[in-house]
Amino acid sequence: MTELNDAPEPNDPTEPGGPTRPPTNPGTAAEPLVRVTDLTVEFTTDEGTAPVRAVDRLSFTLAAGRALALVGESGSGKSTVASALLGLHRGTGARVGGTVRVGGTDVGAATDRELRALRGAVAAMVFQDPLSSLDPYYAVGDQIAEVYRVHTAATRRAARARAVEVLDRVGIPDAARRAHARPHEFSGGMRQRALIAMALACGPRLLIADEPTTALDVTVQAQILDLLHELRQETGMGLLLVTHDVGVAAESVDDVLVMREGREVERGPVADLLGAPRETYTRTLLAAVPRVDAPLTRGPEPAPEPESAGEVLLEAVDLRREFRRGRRTVTAVDGVSLTVRPGETLGVVGESGSGKTTLGRMLVRLLDPTSGRLRYRGTEIGAASEKELRPFRRELQMVFQDPASSLNPRRSVGESVADPLRAAGALDETRIVRRVRELLERVGLDPDRYDRYPHEFSGGQRQRIGIARALAAEPRLIVCDEPVSALDVTTQAQVTALLAELQRELGLALVFIAHDLAVVRQVSDRVAVMRGGRIVEQGTVAQVYGAPADPYTRRLLAAVPVLDPAHAAARRSARGELPREMAAV
Amino acid sequence: MTRYLLKRLGGAAGVLLVLSVAVYALFYLVPGDPARLACGDRCSTQQVEQVRERLGLEDSVVAQYGEFLRGVVAGRDYSTGTAVLHCDAPCLGFSYKTDQQVTQLILERAPATLSLALGAMVLWLVIGVGTGLLSALRRGGITERALTVLTLAGTGTPVFILGLLLLMLVCAYLRWLPFPSYVPFTDDPEQWAWNLLLPWLTLGLYESAKYARLTRGSTLETLAEDHIRTFRAYGVGERAVVARHALRGAVPPVIALSALDFGTMMGGAVLTESLFGIPGVGKTLIDSVRQVDLPVVVGVVLVVGVAVVLANVVADLLYAAADRRVALL
Repeated sequence: MTELNDAPEPNDPTEPGGPTRPPTNPGTAAEPLVRVTDLTVEFTTDEGTAPVRAVDRLSFTLAAGRALALVGESGSGKSTVASALLGLHRGTGARVGGTVRVGGTDVGAATDRELRALRGAVAAMVFQDPLSSLDPYYAVGDQIAEVYRVHTAATRRAARARAVEVLDRVGIPDAARRAHARPHEFSGGMRQRALIAMALACGPRLLIADEPTTALDVTVQAQILDLLHELRQETGMGLLLVTHDVGVAAESVDDVLVMREGREVERGPVADLLGAPRETYTRTLLAAVPRVDAPLTRGPEPAPEPESAGEVLLEAVDLRREFRRGRRTVTAVDGVSLTVRPGETLGVVGESGSGKTTLGRMLVRLLDPTSGRLRYRGTEIGAASEKELRPFRRELQMVFQDPASSLNPRRSVGESVADPLRAAGALDETRIVRRVRELLERVGLDPDRYDRYPHEFSGGQRQRIGIARALAAEPRLIVCDEPVSALDVTTQAQVTALLAELQRELGLALVFIAHDLAVVRQVSDRVAVMRGGRIVEQGTVAQVYGAPADPYTRRLLAAVPVLDPAHAAARRSARGELPREMAAV
Repeated sequence: MTRYLLKRLGGAAGVLLVLSVAVYALFYLVPGDPARLACGDRCSTQQVEQVRERLGLEDSVVAQYGEFLRGVVAGRDYSTGTAVLHCDAPCLGFSYKTDQQVTQLILERAPATLSLALGAMVLWLVIGVGTGLLSALRRGGITERALTVLTLAGTGTPVFILGLLLLMLVCAYLRWLPFPSYVPFTDDPEQWAWNLLLPWLTLGLYESAKYARLTRGSTLETLAEDHIRTFRAYGVGERAVVARHALRGAVPPVIALSALDFGTMMGGAVLTESLFGIPGVGKTLIDSVRQVDLPVVVGVVLVVGVAVVLANVVADLLYAAADRRVALL
């Protein structure tokens, strides 16, 4: 036992970035990197109303060099905990109770100066949205240098050199030159790398990552997670990962703490917790996560393809769409051909910028195709005038991604759902109201909430309203553009189940556009994979996911996080061997 | 960039053309005989006819407008009845009343307006941005509440009331300054400044209320942005966060609006100029409208048009320079 040299932990590792993993000696009373005891955070909303308790008596520790994930749905308080570790609630009016110790500093009792010394140097934070988290007015390298100079006595020149060094470390190509670029000149993945570089600059012992990959495409997400993994191996820093995505956690941490409504639900080593969850909530959460390796749940339909092949509801041939940006012309959709049959779901999957939304809007003629043909039930509608389109408008509907912004906040939800009925003009007022109430009930909402406004509903409920509005016109085809990407996994599962149910009942054809490969797999009969405005691969779910023919599809699938940590580690090393042509996007 | 400038200047020429047509049309639509007005009440019918012929008023409106355009582009000759004068290229015609060249008249009056606008801009930038920033940083405190009341009072007080109050207080009651009368900068810079002090204060205070609100709003907006949180989370001190990051984000809209306001003021801060008797462009405009002195009105309106259009371009350029994400298309 080394009780004799049980000195307080060195606060200032002399070699930032070096392998400073302290000897883990379970016998000593050495203080863990993070010790949170009975943390309670309350936000006072309005005077008079009771404060909202975002975090409720949460306790946990994180030993040096270990990685812990805080997993929970939106509103579970996980990000509030992350902010509390850096004392970011100070001065915001939030009431913080309990104690938080990070690297030997009592965050609650520390002076402002001590707190500033902690922030960035001992514990550094990586935020969710890398674009808005960097100052748009300054060069990326200068922002990193600024942070470095706050914590060291480095000269301006030395700080710049350090910025280039860490940018290079996180895989920014030509770092010395790119350090002069401003954030908007970086891609999403590079911005997140730059934020990680900023975090690395002072060689912290703890990295707090708050949804670091949520805003990123799946292939970029895999690269960032791999980078975090590598950096941790190299520097021995601890990681506190905040995420709503259990798959991301499975790939990255040693332990998981599941949160719900500010409280701990369950915690344990990642393999145990994901493999054999003890709590019902954890089980529900895990069951709701769409997986690319789960058995296919959609009906036994792959066989009858030849029979239904004769009937085609919507057919697109060589559809193109260009946008003018000043003098340049951008081709968003570049010659896409596809068919949708009655009653089936065609999944369209692709990363951001692949043209899937533009395609979806053209399919219902919200956008005019630049060229190509679009045939709906045998009638050419690609170039049809608005007047000629009128009879078809009713039958082609759309559900949008963000249910909050696609409903008019100043009109009651009943009125919003009634709009398509009014536009059709066939029904009198009492019948319209009756029909709207039926629709609300059909999508699982209380019809008595007809007169309520969108802000009084949760995200999932709003998306149900969006679906009710699309159904009002009795369509034959609904294009759903990222209908569940803004929702928590449990809500996501409910909404996709509702869509499937409606499809069975009403014989709807669905075009389901999403970036999430697992969700698309779950809901679709056939899948089209888009990249750069083209469809690179199209086929049944079993074909595309079981035996992907295109290398891009394979790379996408390899990047999807899986829930089994052992499997994730194997895939990580496999990814390392994939050709790195896409590296550092 | 060059393409952008060419496009904008081309557009500006179009705007000015439309503007001149509109002003011409307006003048021929209002009742009254320009020849009689130019000649004066005591003229005989015969004299009025002479004036009419001399001014070319017997020609059609279209012909008169054509003549005017020719003057702007190439210059033209002009008869005063006793002599023939030549008016050089950007010729905006002659005043019916004084026979003075409009171009010259505007050039004479411009320095006073320019002096007024420049000084006022300095004041509104200092006072407006200063109080705006202060009230954003002291948000929720007594300072902010006091400043909010003051800026509201500033926006709510018409500029001539504010000017009158200042005049009464400073010149009549306290007698700190004599009643101001304009002295050109080239004659005596010190007297120039002293005499313009009250007009500057009037216009500057009035405008700074607007700038205080704008600065407060954009500072609060920037302070709520994610990148501010980033630098706080990395231990950057509050002063550096505000000075380097919050202010930097708050400044572009202030610059852009200042350029626009400055351009508009080239048309004269009419009320302030009238109140303090400053012989500027605005006062000229008011006087010539009252006397139905068409060439002067058209000339001033066009020059103001040019100033506003240029100010717009300058505002865009400044904004793009301040925020590199803005692409000039």
